[in-house]
Amino acid sequence: MTKITFIDATGEPRTVDGQDGSTVMETALRNSIPGIEAECGGACACATCHVYVSDEWTEKVGSPSQMEEDMLDFAFEVRPSSRLSCQIKVSPELDGLVVTTPAKQG
Amino acid sequence: MSEVFATDVAIVGAGPVGLFSVFELGLLDMKCHLIDILSKPGGQCAELYPEKPIYDVPGYPVINGQELVDNLMKQAHPFGPTFHLGEMVERLETLGTAERPLFRVHTDAGKAIEAKVVIVAAGGGSFMPKKPPIPGLDAFENTSVFYSVRKMDHFRGRRVVIVGGGDSALDWALNLHPIASRITLIHRRAAFRAAPHSVNAMHALVESGQLDFVLGQVTSVKGEGGQLAALVVRKESGETVDLPCDDMLPFFGLTMKLGPIGEWGLNLHENLIPTDTARFETSTPGIFAVGDINTYPGKLKLILCGFHEAALAAQKAHHYVYPDKKLVFQYTTSSTNLQRKLGVS
Repeated sequence: MTKITFIDATGEPRTVDGQDGSTVMETALRNSIPGIEAECGGACACATCHVYVSDEWTEKVGSPSQMEEDMLDFAFEVRPSSRLSCQIKVSPELDGLVVTTPAKQG
Repeated sequence: MSEVFATDVAIVGAGPVGLFSVFELGLLDMKCHLIDILSKPGGQCAELYPEKPIYDVPGYPVINGQELVDNLMKQAHPFGPTFHLGEMVERLETLGTAERPLFRVHTDAGKAIEAKVVIVAAGGGSFMPKKPPIPGLDAFENTSVFYSVRKMDHFRGRRVVIVGGGDSALDWALNLHPIASRITLIHRRAAFRAAPHSVNAMHALVESGQLDFVLGQVTSVKGEGGQLAALVVRKESGETVDLPCDDMLPFFGLTMKLGPIGEWGLNLHENLIPTDTARFETSTPGIFAVGDINTYPGKLKLILCGFHEAALAAQKAHHYVYPDKKLVFQYTTSSTNLQRKLGVS
């Protein structure tokens, strides 16, 4: 199990267990994390699972694909650390990952 | 004066489950009109994931969203459904009684569809434009901030700012450019999703000084009385500037919202419509809810579950449309009657 911490827009952290091989978005939904809508169900087609990856993790998590970068155009307040959580796969290397959810998804 | 259409069943939503409802109702001699806010049938399958493979449609080990929609359209074709696309159902009027229901469905295009049965197959709700979370933006909506262009003439001689990098943003930048006094396009990055020829046309206008492009994001707005005066833009460099303007057109794609369905007097549970599990009828006799929009114990939001719900709802709908006719269950494999309706006998 890989620990993932979601910090909501008010600053409240929630740490949950992520299943390796699943996505950060799926982990959020399974644990009823507020601030992740995932309207399209993980098809990289809606930008409602937008998260900010914390500075110390951006390198390990990596940068978005072309398709994801296009889809981020539909997100608000996009920053260099922005990712769509449906496109981040949970793996043991990401144990301790911290992401912040934006104030509004869509 | 609204245009009135009379039919047996009005289906709200032309996604996969709405389309399959046409088939099931058609087998039982009921004619349908479908209303959908999107400009094409298929709902989420066509709008969100036309090219994504789906693995859990029975009989198809894999099929993509658009293929499924195309097949469902083919399957519904013998029953000649009427589509009202690019329209939203605003209001539902109840005219009949519980025993003999009759409804009038009013669309935002001024049409009215009169039907004995209404099937709500609205999925996750209506696709509506995403609104940027800029404080106070709603005070300018429809006077100075627009999420779609209904009348191009409104923008004549005005300073218009278009935000986004997709086809809507680029198309309107190009189309409004000859009309507006000045067009400024704001996008968060130098790359665009829009079709390459539109992007090239936009770059050409920028190079010849006829259109402005700003790399950045809008953080707040200034103005009063519903009239924008300026947008505050954070440029890529981190610098914040005021950009004077009269109108703003944000294009951030679509999101699903329940919309006016919430005001139709149906019982709702967390934005879903509770139904029974034998007929998928709502708290209002004659109104059914099928697919992702309904809820009942054990509900799964799967296309295949929606298909099952549509088949059962059609059986009860028959009772309302043909109160005096007895319904005899038949199979398409063996019934010459059904095969004649399908045009295959």
